[in-house]
Formats: sequence, structure tokens, C-alpha cells
Amino acid sequence: MQTAPQLVLLFVVLSDFAVLGTTRLTTCIRALAFQGLLLAALPLMLASHFSTHVVLLGLGTLVVKAFVLPRFLTWAIREAAVRREVEPLIGYVPSLLLGVLALGLGFAMSARLPLPAGREALLVPVSLTTVIIGLLVLTTRRKALTQVVGYLMLENGIFLFGLTQAESVPFLLELGVLLDVFVAVFIMGIVVFHINREFDSLDSARLTELQD
Amino acid sequence: MTVSALAAVVVMLGIAPLLPGVAVRTKSLLTGRHGAPVLQLYHDLWKLLHKEPVYSTTTTWIFRAGPLLVLAALLLAAFLIPLDGRAAPLSFAGDLVAFAGLLALARFALVLAGLDTGSSFEGMGASREVTVAAFAEPALFLCFTGLVLATGSVSLSGMLGTPLGEMWPRAAPSLTLVGIGLFVLLLAENSRGPIDDPATHLELTMIHEVIVLDHSGPDLAVILYGSALKLGLFGALVVSVFAPRAGLSAPAAIAILALGLCIVAVAVGIVESVTARLRLVRVPQLLVGAGVFAAFGMILLLA
Amino acid sequence: MRLIAVCAFPLLAGLLLSGLPAARGPRVRSAWLVAVAGVHLGLVVTLWLAPADSALAGWLAADAPGLLVLTLTSVVFLATALYSVGYLQRERPRGGRLFVSGLLGFLGAASVVALSQHLAMLWVGIEATTLALAPLIFHRHDRRSLEAVWKYLVLSSVGIALALLGTFFLATAQAGVAGRPLVMADLVAHAGELHPAWVRAAFLFLLVGFGTKMGLAPMHTWKPDTYGEAPSLVAGLMAGALTSCAFLGVVRVTQVGMAAGQAAFMQPVLLGFGLLSLAVAAAFIVGQTDVKRLLAWSSVEHMGLLVLGLGLGGVGAWGTVLHMINNGLAKCWLFLVVGNVVLASGSSVAGANRGILRLLPASGILLVLGLFAVTGSPPFGLFISEFTILRAAIGGGHPWIAAATLALLAVIFVGMAVLILDVALGDPEPHAAKVPESAWLVAGPAALAAAVLLLGLYIPAPLRDVLERAAVALGGGAP
Repeated sequence: MQTAPQLVLLFVVLSDFAVLGTTRLTTCIRALAFQGLLLAALPLMLASHFSTHVVLLGLGTLVVKAFVLPRFLTWAIREAAVRREVEPLIGYVPSLLLGVLALGLGFAMSARLPLPAGREALLVPVSLTTVIIGLLVLTTRRKALTQVVGYLMLENGIFLFGLTQAESVPFLLELGVLLDVFVAVFIMGIVVFHINREFDSLDSARLTELQD
Repeated sequence: MTVSALAAVVVMLGIAPLLPGVAVRTKSLLTGRHGAPVLQLYHDLWKLLHKEPVYSTTTTWIFRAGPLLVLAALLLAAFLIPLDGRAAPLSFAGDLVAFAGLLALARFALVLAGLDTGSSFEGMGASREVTVAAFAEPALFLCFTGLVLATGSVSLSGMLGTPLGEMWPRAAPSLTLVGIGLFVLLLAENSRGPIDDPATHLELTMIHEVIVLDHSGPDLAVILYGSALKLGLFGALVVSVFAPRAGLSAPAAIAILALGLCIVAVAVGIVESVTARLRLVRVPQLLVGAGVFAAFGMILLLA
Repeated sequence: MRLIAVCAFPLLAGLLLSGLPAARGPRVRSAWLVAVAGVHLGLVVTLWLAPADSALAGWLAADAPGLLVLTLTSVVFLATALYSVGYLQRERPRGGRLFVSGLLGFLGAASVVALSQHLAMLWVGIEATTLALAPLIFHRHDRRSLEAVWKYLVLSSVGIALALLGTFFLATAQAGVAGRPLVMADLVAHAGELHPAWVRAAFLFLLVGFGTKMGLAPMHTWKPDTYGEAPSLVAGLMAGALTSCAFLGVVRVTQVGMAAGQAAFMQPVLLGFGLLSLAVAAAFIVGQTDVKRLLAWSSVEHMGLLVLGLGLGGVGAWGTVLHMINNGLAKCWLFLVVGNVVLASGSSVAGANRGILRLLPASGILLVLGLFAVTGSPPFGLFISEFTILRAAIGGGHPWIAAATLALLAVIFVGMAVLILDVALGDPEPHAAKVPESAWLVAGPAALAAAVLLLGLYIPAPLRDVLERAAVALGGGAP
């Protein structure tokens, strides 16, 4: 329980809860940026030896997840001139409680999915927890931007899990993964911009014209 | 019921009024003022004890009994915590529930006394106080459960005493999380910022201060001392979690307790200076957050 | 080498088009599109005649399911390209070059998906198809298409993310086992040594993830909106090719799961999803008023049938792969025809369209024939494949599943017939313009219709051979 990667993973979970419990969008994005920072540090901490692959991965993650994406989201906030989140679909206190449930679920699922020896065991529960909490934020928040934050947390969780397989899945694909996230968010950001222009608000509860 | 345990209780009772003073002095220094003397509360208590109480005609014996009940409950609670780091004067299995119950009794007596005045300010304060308590109690029990899981003991002497020291190397992150949860609870239960502003003079914004608005003289002295003691008790909880003192000699343990309490008071002062007062609707969120910290610590222990 | 060419050629062509300033005007763009589609189909045909060696150290190979999906994609794309000649003459989608480049990018990405033997590369391909099509759905830049593309992006992205997690789970299952990580051949060869819990978890996440891209219930909610708002030719591509590519992802994980002995776990899950999709589709088809949304729900229904067949195993596997082809061709056919209807009247709602048989005779005939094809009537190909799946249900000891499927298919037939016949028959609106049907707008759908009819009457030997190989890979056999 004492190694540095485990401490970092603890802070990742805390940043998950920070996004879940805050009302301010800027705090959400800062928590996400902090999470990106932690995620960038992990490959370097977990690697048995410092290859160029590991260093480049850490650097790339740092640049994309801790700087570019948060900066882009902040730009989107400024463009849309939003500050706060309206009351989400299930309220903040229930969200926090569901977050704890997600934490329990993550640990329960990881107990049935044993990792082969030699890899950091805390990665699996923390990654599953982050995925579930990301999905929670994505589905229960109204502002389109917060949904994007939730999606990025989902991707962070998957990245965390991918770290258990850092040697198997080759370098090219990890870069492709990061790039894909980047492009997806970029496109989402543009769509968000249009949503704001078109609907004069980023409240996705207004997107109800199409239905059967 | 060892000598060191009793000595520790005596020290706690003596040092309690110092803590609000330290917090206020910290806040003042951080905001560029000089602030009141650190021993101000001692002077206030002395002054109040020599005054004559004034009772409103609408109050009954409940109003007079309230402060005494508060003090009695808190004094008894002080005997339950292992203040010298090893064992409390009074300990039995499940005394954590008794501890929470005594605190609840103190709060209940205070609230009843406030309601007894028939004033709407006190009533408003009373309802806010119990709302905060409704969220704080589960969080407190979650923190206690975390400690129970860590140490395997269901008595406060075991949870905060010797077994805790042994668990620290293995369960440091969980215990840190529980400690942070306890600190947030300290802020909530003692009506410090960001849940309540102890220095506000606007009754509509008060939670705790407004309940005791009608007390005067020795009653007020007892109430003020009780608040300080409660702050000291919670501070002792936090200090015990972060600094288990089982292996030290009794004087050293007590000295570290005193030092730790002052550090906690400074921390309270710092938190009050850097945070703005929370809207009342956000207070449950903060307390659930404290509970989440404790729950996270628990899950880590179970994993 | 040919395999790399099949994947890279459309991508390069798309990039070239977006870079060329001379590519102005719809005629140049649609000509480019048709040319690339034609060359692509030619390359794919050579793969049938002379099988190619695997490329990229075994990461690209044309195995049976992959070859089927690739051919389907290529044929559907060519039909769409021919259609686009007529379409781009009438409509001016915003960002003209982006439109065609996006289509070509889709073709390249879909080829990668079909040929990929490395599951992570397959995933990258599917994500690329999502991104390539997103701007095409949004081309009108109005409220409704904005809402559609938002829902599409959010749900697709979540699905893709979960599929990535599933891929990672599969890699974890392979930890410590011999063979290259995430390569199909090695996964299947050493399947017995894979860690079962991880394989099961991978199966669930990949099914949900790729199922979202397929439009399987309950992850289907983006489909009606997206298909309804996208231009018909894009919707046709999505319904025909994209769903098949996503289904290929499900097929791959099922292959691995079957080889790893997890069939008992996978079957109930697949059957559950299949029946749910059928039921949900039936519920929403009845009373539908918009033709494009109707076709979207029909797509959900057929995705349910595909997964059902996969879950039934045995002869059902053969029926599923055949159904994938038939459905892809038929859906694209129908969407292109509906596109003509929308071009004529400007709206896809039933109220605005009437008497199509008189207004647009060729399209009207194709529409009515398409109704019968898509609901599984003989002599069209879908009848054979659906019948085979039902046979598998009864033969495999699931008579209730067969009965439920038949009942739902009947309900769907009635629901679709009501709307489509309503649109096709009757007298046209008095003010409806008689739109000249250019050959371009009809050639594509007509060719697809002929193909579906052919497959219903006679399956050529090479195709039969590949179908059998695909079925065997899925743990089943040919009838």
C-alpha cells in the first residue's frame, strides 16, 4: 500500500469524485487536467526500464490530457459563456453516493478479474471505477460540456487499464488511441459550439426535437 | 483508569479554551490584522462567571438545564477518548456509539434550550444545526467504521490507541482519508468555516451562534467552554488518527496531544481564511464528500 | 501488397481530393468518387480470383468473414457512388469536397476494419469510420441535424470506448500465452489457454461497444435520429456497410470466445440482445410516420436477427453471414430509393409523400420490391437467410425463440407495409412536381436489387464456399 503508483492512483479516484461533486465547470476541467497529469506520470512510474517508448508516451499523454484538452475545453466555456452547471438529472449528493457505489463495483469486479503477476494490481479497480464514474457524469449531466468531460474521464479510465498491457499493445496503437480521442473531442467541441449557437444554450435537455 | 489517562483529560480540559483563540489569531494574521489575544477565551470565561444571568420570562427549566447538560455530556465524552494515546479512563466495547450519543445529547440539550426561548432566530438556528448533524452523523460513523476495520477493535481506546500505531505502515492511505474525513467533520460539528462563520454578527447567517443568543452570565460561560471542549475532543480524534502515540512515554504523549491540538486549531484558522462560507444547500454535499473519503478508505482496507 | 492497396487507395484518393483546388464542381467530385469505387471493387474482385498473402506481418489478411464484409462494403459503396452522381447534381451539401473526402475516408477505414486481423487495428478502423461520417451527417447545419450528430457522436464514442476496454481485456486474457497479442490467428490457435474470466469480460464489453455501433438494442437510440437526418446516401452507407463492419467486430470476438470454450456463456447473451432488438424494433415500427426512421428501425431489427443467428450457432452461423450480406445490400437499396423520394418532395414524412408509384415509377417499383425484400419475403435473399436462422432455432432446441421471432417479423412486416404502401400507392399530391428520374439515381439501387434477388435464387459457388468457411470459423456449419 505504500508505493508511489498506488498513491497516484488514489489521487486519480479523488479527482473522479471532484468532478462528480462540483458544480463549477472550471473546477471540473481543472480536476480533469490534474487527472491527466497523474496519468502522464504513471507510465514512467510503472515501467521497469525507461525506454523511449515510455518517455514519449508519458510526454504525449501530458501534453494532450493535461494541457491541450483542458485548454480547449476552457476555450469552449469562454465561447459559450457558461460558468455553472444546472442541477443535474440526479442531484449532487446522489451522484456522490453513486460514485461510492461505482468504487465498490470497481473493486468487486476486479476481485473476479485477476491480473497476472508483475503488474500493479490497483490499476484494475481504479480504472474500472473511473470508467463507471465517467459514464455516470456523461449520462446524468445536462450541459454538453460536462458530458464531454465525462467522456474524457471514461477515456482516462480506459487508458489506465491499458497501462496494464503497456508492453503488449504496441506504441503505434497507443498513439493512435490518443489521437483518436483528440480528434473525437475536437469534433465534439465544434458540435458543442454549434449547439450553443443554434440553441443559445448548452443544455442538452433541449435536444428533444427528434423523437418517436 | 491510569494516572496518565486522567492527567491527559485534565490537560485537555485546561487547554480547550486555548484552541478557539489560536484559530482566531491564525485567521487574523492571515488577513493582515493583529487579532485578539490567544488567551482571550479564558478572560471571557472568567468575566462571564462573575456576571449575573438574565432569564427571559418565556423560558422554563429547560433553558436553565440546557447548558449544564451540555457540559456534563461533553465532560463524559472526554473520558471516552484515549487522550494519552494508550487507553481512555472509560472504555468498553462499542463506546464509539456512546461517544457519538453523548455528543448528540449535548447537541439535543442545546437545541432544546434554544427552542425553549420561543424566539424564531433560535428556532431557525436549531433546525439548521440538526440538519447539518443529520448529515454529519453518518459520516462520523463511516469514519469510525473505517477505524474499526483498520484496527479490528470496537472500542475508541483500541481504535485510536495502540493498535492504530501498528496499522499505520500498512494502511496509511486509508487512515489519511479517514483523518481528512474527520477533519471535515470537525469543521461541521463545531460550526467552523466553511460550514458556519463563527465571527458573523448577522443572525440570519448563523447556525450555532444563534441558538445560544439568549444565554448570559455563567450559562454563557458554560456554553462557550462546552464549544471549546467539543472542538478539543474532535481535534483529539484527528490528532489520534494522524499521530498515534502508543509507544511514547505519558508526558511526551500528552505534550504531543497539546501540540497537535494547536496545529489542528491553526489548520482550522487557515481553512476559514481561504474558503468562503458555503451556501446551506451545499453543506450536505460537503458532508457526503467527507463520508465518501471515509468510504474510499474503507474500500481500500477491504480490498 | 494488394491488401494494403485496398485500404490505402481510398484514403489517399480522399486526401488528394481535399487537397486539389481543381476539384471544384459536383461533376468532378462524383466522377472521382465513382472512379475510386470502381477501382476498389476491381481490387476486391481480384482478391476473390487470386487470394492474396497476408500483409503487415499478418495484421492484414482476407479471411472468410473479412472478405465478405469487404466485398459488401465495396459493392454498396459503388452503388452509392453511382447514386451520388445524380444526387450531387441536385443537392449541394455544405463543404462539398469534405463530403466526398469523408466518403472516401470511410471506404478506406471500412476496408481496414474488414481486413484487419489485429483487433486493436480493427478498433482504430471503426473509430475512424465514426469520425469520417460525422461531418456528413451534419451537412445541413440546422437544429435537427445538429441534434442527430450530437447523439450519434456521444453514443458512438461511448460504444467505441467500451469496445477499446474490451480489446484491452482480451489482451489481458492473452497475457502469458504464446502468440502475438490481439492477432486473430494466434488468439484462436491458443484459445484454450486464454484466461476465461477475461475472455468473458472482453466478450461483454466488445458486444456492447460494437453493438452500439451496429445499433443493437438497447444501445440503438442514436439510429433513428441519425438515419433520419443524414442524407439518404450516407444513411444507406451506414446501414449497409458500417453496421456490417461493426458486426464484424462482434464476429471476431465470438470466434475467439467459441474457440476458448465460452459458447455456453456467450449464447444466452447473444440471444437476449437479439430478441430485445427485434422486440424494440417491432414496437417502434408500428405507427411510424417517417420513412427514413422506419428504415432505421428495420436496421435495428436486422441487427437483432444477425446477433440471434450468431447466438444460435450451428446452421445459424451460416444464416447470419448470408444475412449480413443480404441485409447490407437491401438496406442500401432501400435508402437510396427513399433518397429519390426525398429529393422529389423534400421530406421523408409519409404525409408529404403519396403516390410515388405514379410520380417516380422506377423508384416506386424499387420501393415496393424493397419492402418485400427487407421483410424477408421470397424470392429475395433475405428469405433464405432468415429461414436458415429460424431452422437453427428449431433445430437447436429453441422453439420458443423461433415462434417469437416469427411473430415479431410478422408484426414488422405489417408495420412496414402500412407505411410504405401508403407512400407508394394512391394519387400524388396535385402540386407535386414530376421529377425526372435520372439513370444515375436508379442504377445503383436497381443493381443492388438484382443482387439481392440473385442471392435468393442461387448462391454462386465461390460465395457458397466462403460462406461455409465463415460459418465454420464461428463454430457452425453450412446447411
